[in-house]
Amino acid sequence: MSGSPYGDDRGNKDATITKTDGIGTMTPAEGLDNSTSPAPGQPFLIGEAMTGGYGKGADILHQCTIAVEKGQIAVIVGPNGAGKSTAMKAVFGMLTLREGRVVLDGADISHLTPQARVAKGMGFVPQNANIFTSMTVEENLEMGAFIRTDDYSDTMAQVYDLFPILKDKRLQPAGELSGGQRQQVAVGRALMTQPKLLMLDEPTAGVSPIVMDELFDRVIEVARSGISILMVEQNARQALAIADKGYVLVQGRNAYTDTGQALLADPEVRRSFLGG
Amino acid sequence: MDVLNAIIVLANFVIVPATAYGAQLALGALGVTLIYGILRFSNFAHGDTMAFGAMVTILMTWALQGAGITLGLLPTALLALPVGIIVTALLLIGTDRLVYRFYRQQKAKPVIYVIASLGVMFVMNGLVRFIIGVDDQRFADGERFIVSARTFREMTGLDEALAIRTTQGITLVVALIAVVALFWFLNRTRTGKSMRAFSDNEDLALLSGINPEKVVIVTWIIVAALATTAGVLYGLDKSFKPFTYFQLLLPVFASAIVGGLGNPVGAIAGGFLIAFSEISVTYAFRRAANHLLPEAWEPDGLVQLLSTDYKFAVSFTILLIVLIFKPTGLFRGKSV
Repeated sequence: MSGSPYGDDRGNKDATITKTDGIGTMTPAEGLDNSTSPAPGQPFLIGEAMTGGYGKGADILHQCTIAVEKGQIAVIVGPNGAGKSTAMKAVFGMLTLREGRVVLDGADISHLTPQARVAKGMGFVPQNANIFTSMTVEENLEMGAFIRTDDYSDTMAQVYDLFPILKDKRLQPAGELSGGQRQQVAVGRALMTQPKLLMLDEPTAGVSPIVMDELFDRVIEVARSGISILMVEQNARQALAIADKGYVLVQGRNAYTDTGQALLADPEVRRSFLGG
Repeated sequence: MDVLNAIIVLANFVIVPATAYGAQLALGALGVTLIYGILRFSNFAHGDTMAFGAMVTILMTWALQGAGITLGLLPTALLALPVGIIVTALLLIGTDRLVYRFYRQQKAKPVIYVIASLGVMFVMNGLVRFIIGVDDQRFADGERFIVSARTFREMTGLDEALAIRTTQGITLVVALIAVVALFWFLNRTRTGKSMRAFSDNEDLALLSGINPEKVVIVTWIIVAALATTAGVLYGLDKSFKPFTYFQLLLPVFASAIVGGLGNPVGAIAGGFLIAFSEISVTYAFRRAANHLLPEAWEPDGLVQLLSTDYKFAVSFTILLIVLIFKPTGLFRGKSV
C-alpha cells in the first residue's frame, strides 16, 4: 500500500504495541452496492477477458479467460509467475479488473467485493492463512457457516464424512494439525457455506504425495456432489488428470485451453510444461 | 518467635491488599489485551477510560444517595455500575465512530491507532477532570469491614489483627464473575467465537461472513464493562483521583504484557504478579520480622526494599525483565 500515508508504519516493529499477524487486507462488503446485473447465456462461472493487476500496479493478466461448468473441475496450471493464482483472485474479486467481467450463475458479479461473492455462492480456500489456527477444528467449521442462519449440523456431518480424520480431531486447535489435515480443515470450512463453486489455491502445496492423492480424491468427491471446482495447481500432471477443463497460462495470457486429458496428450504442452 | 502473628501481619498488609489490587489490575489488563487481540493496537486511553467509567458511576452513586437509595451493607456504587458501563460504552463507540473508524477505512497500520489512542487519552483525561475535578473523591458507603481488626482479635485472641474490608471482598467476587462471564462469552457464544476468529485472521473472518464493524462494537462494549468495573473497584478500594487512574496505565499494561498480550489468561496472571511484586517490594517487613526473629536480631530499620513512591519502578522492572527473557510474555502471547 505505497502512497497512502496511513500505510506507513515508520519502521515500527514493536509487537508490544501493535499486533500485525492476521491483519485484514480486504474491504468489507457492508454498506456497498451488492446488486448484480443479469448476464444470461454464459457458462456457470466465467472470468471473461480479464485484464488487471494488484492496486495501481502493472497489469498481470491480459485478456485471460477462465470458465467452469456446473459440477465440473477446472484446473489452472502454468510456469512460475504465469499469473495462475492471480487469475483465480481476479475471479474472486481480490484485484481490480481494468477490462473483462466475471459472471456467476447468470449474474454479472464483477463489481462485488470478495465477501459479497461468498454470499453469492463462491467458496475460496486461500493458499496461506486459510484456517483459524487458534481455534478448534469444530470452531473453524462453525465460523465457516457464520453466514448461514439455518441449521448447519447436517453440512458439518457431511464435512466429517468427507474428512473422517477431522471428526477425531474436532476439539484440537487447528494450528496443531499437520499440513494435510490443515488443508482438509480449510476445504471443510469453505464447504460449510454450501458454495456453488469452490476455489482452491494450490491445495497440495507442501503436503506429501500420498496426502496429495487423497486430497484430489476428495476434490473429485466434492465435484460429484454438484459443486463446481476451480483449482490452481503446481502438480500439473496429477491435477490435469482429474480436470474436466484445463487452462495453461503463460505470462498472464491463455496459452492452451482444452480438456484435462487432451492437454496431457498434447505433445507441445507436455514438452513445455510437464517435463516431456 | 511467633510464626502465626507474622503470617497474620503479612496477610493483613500484603496478601489481602495485593489480591484485591491484583484483581483490579487483571480486569484492566483484560480490557487492554482484548483491544490488542481484536483491534490490534495498544490502547493508551485505557487508564482514562477506567477513570471515565468510575466518574460516571460516582456521579450516579451520588444521585442515588441523594434520592435516598442505597444498597444497605453493600456500596451503592454497585447499583450505579451498570449506568457507568452503558455511558462508557456509548463514549467508546462514539470515539470509535469519530476516530478509529476513519483509520479502519484507510486500512491504517496499527501503530497509527496507537498514536491516535494517545490523543484520545488526553481528551478523555481532560473530560474527566473538567466534569468531576482533579481532587480525591470517596464514594464508598455501606458496611466498611467484613472482618474488622477488633472482631478478629476478639475471635482469635492474637496480638495481630487481620482486617478484610468489604471493598476487598467485593473486588474479588465481582472480578471473578466478570472473568467467568468473559471466558464463557469468548469460548461458548457465536459472537464471542466470531471475535476470536477476527482476532486470528481478519480476511478469513470476512470471507466467513463475519461483519468487522459488529465485532469492533461488541469489543468496545466489553472493554467498557471491564474498564468501568476495574475503575469502580479500584476507586472503592482506595479512592478516585483522575491522576491516579492515568498512572494506573503502567501497571495495567505491565500486567497485560507480562502475561502475554492477547492472551486473557496471561492478563489475569500478570495482574496478580504485578500486584504482589509491587506491594511486597514496597512493604516494610519490620513488624513481621519482629515476630519471626529472636529479640537480639530485631531489625532497626523498616526492612523495606523500596519506598512506596517508587512502586511504578517495580512494574517497569518486571516489564523489562520479562521482555528481555521472554518477549512473548509468561503465557505465550497469542490471539485471543
